[in-house]
Amino acid sequence: MTEGALKRAPSAPRMATKPQQTAQETSASFSLDTAAVLAEEEHGVSIAGRSPWYLAWRRLRRNYVALASLAVFILIVVACALAPVYAHHVAKTGPNENHITENVNVAGQEKPVISQGGTFFDKKTNQLRVKAVTILSPTWWQADGKFALGADGNGRDVAVRLLYGGINSLKVGIGSALICTFFSIILALLAGYYRGTTDWIITRFFDLIWAFPVILLAIALGSALSINGINWGPIQVSSGSLWIPTLVISYVLIPYVGRPLRGQILSLREKEFVESSIAQGASPLRVMFAEILPNITSSVLVFFTLIIANNILTEAALSFLGAGVQPPNPSWGTLIAEGQQRITTAPWLTLVPGIAIVLTVLSLNIFGDGLRDALDPRAKVRIEH
Amino acid sequence: MAAFVVRRFIGMILVLVVVSFFVFLVFIVVPGGDPAIRIAGRTATDQNIANIRHDWGFDQPFYVQYYDMMKKAFTNNLYEQTHQGVSVVNQIKEGVPATFSLAVGAALIWLTFGVLVGVISAVTAGRASDRLITLFALIGISMPVFWLGILARYFLAEKNTWFPDGGYVPLTQNPAQWFYHLLLPWFVLAVLFIGFYGRVLRGNILDTINEDYVRTARAKGVAPRRVMVKHVLRNSLIPIVTLFGLDFAAVIGGGAILTETVFDLHGVGQYAAQSIANFDLPPIIGVTLFGAFFIVFFSAVVDFAYAILDPRIRPT
Repeated sequence: MTEGALKRAPSAPRMATKPQQTAQETSASFSLDTAAVLAEEEHGVSIAGRSPWYLAWRRLRRNYVALASLAVFILIVVACALAPVYAHHVAKTGPNENHITENVNVAGQEKPVISQGGTFFDKKTNQLRVKAVTILSPTWWQADGKFALGADGNGRDVAVRLLYGGINSLKVGIGSALICTFFSIILALLAGYYRGTTDWIITRFFDLIWAFPVILLAIALGSALSINGINWGPIQVSSGSLWIPTLVISYVLIPYVGRPLRGQILSLREKEFVESSIAQGASPLRVMFAEILPNITSSVLVFFTLIIANNILTEAALSFLGAGVQPPNPSWGTLIAEGQQRITTAPWLTLVPGIAIVLTVLSLNIFGDGLRDALDPRAKVRIEH
Repeated sequence: MAAFVVRRFIGMILVLVVVSFFVFLVFIVVPGGDPAIRIAGRTATDQNIANIRHDWGFDQPFYVQYYDMMKKAFTNNLYEQTHQGVSVVNQIKEGVPATFSLAVGAALIWLTFGVLVGVISAVTAGRASDRLITLFALIGISMPVFWLGILARYFLAEKNTWFPDGGYVPLTQNPAQWFYHLLLPWFVLAVLFIGFYGRVLRGNILDTINEDYVRTARAKGVAPRRVMVKHVLRNSLIPIVTLFGLDFAAVIGGGAILTETVFDLHGVGQYAAQSIANFDLPPIIGVTLFGAFFIVFFSAVVDFAYAILDPRIRPT
């Protein structure tokens, strides 16, 4: 073995402080230890005594685009989650308060929230003409925070509704990602550990859900359940509950996470450390959760990030078609559905929630990509080629 | 090969039977409560519900109910009695041409551009063009399809009348108008897939480039372009075939429900969407089964194509 590999022995002192010269010498020699070689290429220092998590963090730390995306996502989450605390003070209105008959002072000018429509007599042409109803367009910040993103057809503040809608969209997106990932891990662990019949049954279950068009199954389930909720013995879910879209989305996406995880676990199951753990008399639970689970954590993290992004999109689609978050509750999907009807007179009603979705999902996707590059050293090789 | 086809065919039928039973379970048994109320929809009278309870045999054991439901689905009168003689099967049949046109056109676009995007970004990996393409691909993936559709329709067909404002013209009636009407929906539907395929292909190509046989080909002095097309691309495209088969099947089977709804295409997906708006359960079940059929069918086709493309895989 080469010098580089020997240095990774646990008793070796930390190498980060050693002169760079040694590292350069070893990188010239052949080594099977790709992680060590990679680390040398990266920094010119050996990786002795560093945990994989530290190495991943070191790679992620320098990926400013990914970190900026994470910041954007956290900002969106915080802005929405704290909306009940601050929105009322800024916009002076709640998410469901109508202001149809009121006027707003926009940069010193009185403007009606919803202008009076109706007919008027045009003296020039001697004709009765129809005056269109106009809705207050975004005031940006010229009305002291009121109607910053305009009003909707019922005279409600779009900005406030966007924030409250975000709460529901994010709740469904993150909640369903948590549930989906949790069950996928359990199923994949069972299938990968016990193999044989258990694996066969779980794989067939994945195949079964896989056999439906995702969006169609989700919509069908969502609409079937939202007619009169779930009445299943002790489990009672009312028809307007956020639990319905959350459960439907997590259920529909289980095979998309479970399948790849099962594949990884099946190959991990053959590894020596698992064999030795079993030989030492470890219980199945211990092997699954203490030996195998830590080895799939990085994949799970990446999946989790990307699944949140995907679920936010699915929630929007479900709500848009009326099979997701039910009307009295706002969500980004229902906001777009409402806005679509007034797109010619008030395009911001459609644009604003859509941009919110794109920003959220894009930030998650970029961060997920960065996370994968950081956690999977092979990805680093790929990019440099 | 013949044995493979027969085996897959039998497997396919078995899967469909299980899928149909699953649909039955999910809609009739799992939600609990009275299924007749769900099937009758939101605006049902007590008499309607009583009729449905009797017609669908909800007082019978579950296997009789399942048998009845399947019989109704296949004998063209899944719910004719309650809906003025409109049958689910006929409605789906009427939607097929529009859905099929949408799926085929969009598939051609997303395959062409997806491969183009993937190859360009892989060849220039790490450079500015790669970063730019990756960013655009990510934005494409991050956009809700229906939102993009609404905006495209508003800005390109309503505000500026460059394109017809939704609707579907049958190919047999007027091919030019058929094309013109579908152009916008094709591109809107394809955007998501272009981004997705481009990213997958980029990863595949970069993986394949590191393979030994590619290095061997280079060492032999094969021209770079030829190495790319013959050695790298051919192998990298194999996983794309699987993806394509399943996505195409999903789009044909009503998965384009959002695009169809936004552009008013009168396809299978829009039928499903309308049924959802009216809380009509039987059509939803029907379309779901229809979609599942295509996915199961195309996954068999994909396995078959796989065996032809990659001689290392023997069909079993």
